[in-house]
Amino acid sequence: MNFTNFGRYLLLLKAVFRRPEKFKIYLQAIFKQMDFIGVGSLGLISIISTFIGAVMTLQIAFQLVNDFIPKTIIGSVNRDSSILELSPTISAIVLAGKIGSAISSEIGTMRVTEQIDALEIMGINSPGYLILPKIIAGITMVPLLVIISMFLSITGGYLGGTLSGAVSPAEYIQGITTDFNPYTITVALVKAFVFGFIITSVPAYEGFYVKGGALEVAQASTRAVVVSCITILACDYLVTQLLL
Amino acid sequence: MIEIKDIYKSFGSNDVLKGISGKFEAGVTNLIIGGSGSGKTTLLKCMIGLHHPEQGIVEYDGREFTGMNFEEKIEIRKEIGMLFQGSALFDSMTVEENIMFPLNMFTEQSRKEKIERVNFCLERVNLEGKNKLFPAELSGGMKKRVGIARAIAMNPKYLFVDEPNSGLDPKTSIVIDELIKELTEEYNATTIVVTHDMNSVMGIGDYIIFLHEGKKFWEGSNKEIAHTDVQELNDFVFASRFMKAAKGKF
Repeated sequence: MNFTNFGRYLLLLKAVFRRPEKFKIYLQAIFKQMDFIGVGSLGLISIISTFIGAVMTLQIAFQLVNDFIPKTIIGSVNRDSSILELSPTISAIVLAGKIGSAISSEIGTMRVTEQIDALEIMGINSPGYLILPKIIAGITMVPLLVIISMFLSITGGYLGGTLSGAVSPAEYIQGITTDFNPYTITVALVKAFVFGFIITSVPAYEGFYVKGGALEVAQASTRAVVVSCITILACDYLVTQLLL
Repeated sequence: MIEIKDIYKSFGSNDVLKGISGKFEAGVTNLIIGGSGSGKTTLLKCMIGLHHPEQGIVEYDGREFTGMNFEEKIEIRKEIGMLFQGSALFDSMTVEENIMFPLNMFTEQSRKEKIERVNFCLERVNLEGKNKLFPAELSGGMKKRVGIARAIAMNPKYLFVDEPNSGLDPKTSIVIDELIKELTEEYNATTIVVTHDMNSVMGIGDYIIFLHEGKKFWEGSNKEIAHTDVQELNDFVFASRFMKAAKGKF
């Protein structure tokens, strides 16, 4: 059954990447989706990243209280954790919930109300028109959101650490600037790119093949979020294994 | 003209269509009628390629549609207009954007020309000035009319209409039926209407095929339908007390 779904997913992707009927229309749809995925998620990602950074700093400080370990380590651990794991993965899981459910229910509703049939009757490649702009917006905006998330997570760590007195501003800044390896950014962006693809394509698949009515659309939406999250975690492991 | 030859379609073990054939001429209103579950909508979807028949041929003016590849089908579909049962208007677009959508996709017209075409189509369905409304702001009858306006935006050669009267009051139903008939004659389109509404059958049925349990049981015109001796068709047409009482007056 899962192989059947995977096969159908690949066939859908093949249809998605067919040549667009009119680039101008697709471009407009891409910008609209970029606004929805990128700008629309900025607030949520900002709040989550800032608090995660702050909490991480407090927990690292709590676990590493030792006279033999310099407090600068708090900044460097928070930096690497944020860049390598927390910002890409937590952002992706949050976005899978927010964006994934929206994509799945939008396309699913279009399916059950015959709007997708209407597109096909007009001679439009419906997978391409509906899904391609979402995927392109996902693979471009999720990395940008992850970059913002990294910055805010590290800033949140600074605020949390200094306001609570767990670490001094100078120690934290020394920690985040010492032994920085830029390759970690590359790894994070590769993850973000992969997650952006998953967050948009998996829910689109779930929505596209909905049969039934409102109940089935809701079920597809839930399934889209669950499958996206599991796929994100599996790909997180794979990308980490391959790149580190 | 659209011709279907020996169409078979099943879903799992459920045989929905069992060898349907028919010829639908241009410029007349062709009706496919039958009870619920008789296979009307499935036949329509086989004709437009939303379902793939297991056997049989669909021809658009001699061009065999069923054997075409994706790109060839797209060329035929550009000549098709369709009104769906639930209108299938794009929720996120205004009335104007809905009607303009196929024009944006497939023509190189200027914005002014497209707006003119939209206004013409809206005028044609008596919805002037409703350009900026969203589908959620329209009544059922208005949605159907916008659906028709969108269907005729590209001057279709073939017009398909699925249950045009479902959910409409009798007066609005007649307005929609008359509009379909007028547009068919005006565009000399090959129009196929799937319905089980007896007002439509009697009002606009130039050529009718009656489906029962996936088979074609009868074909003829609205003038002939009242005098048929096919039991299944009589059971369908004269199902209500009113129609039974009116039978002798046809």
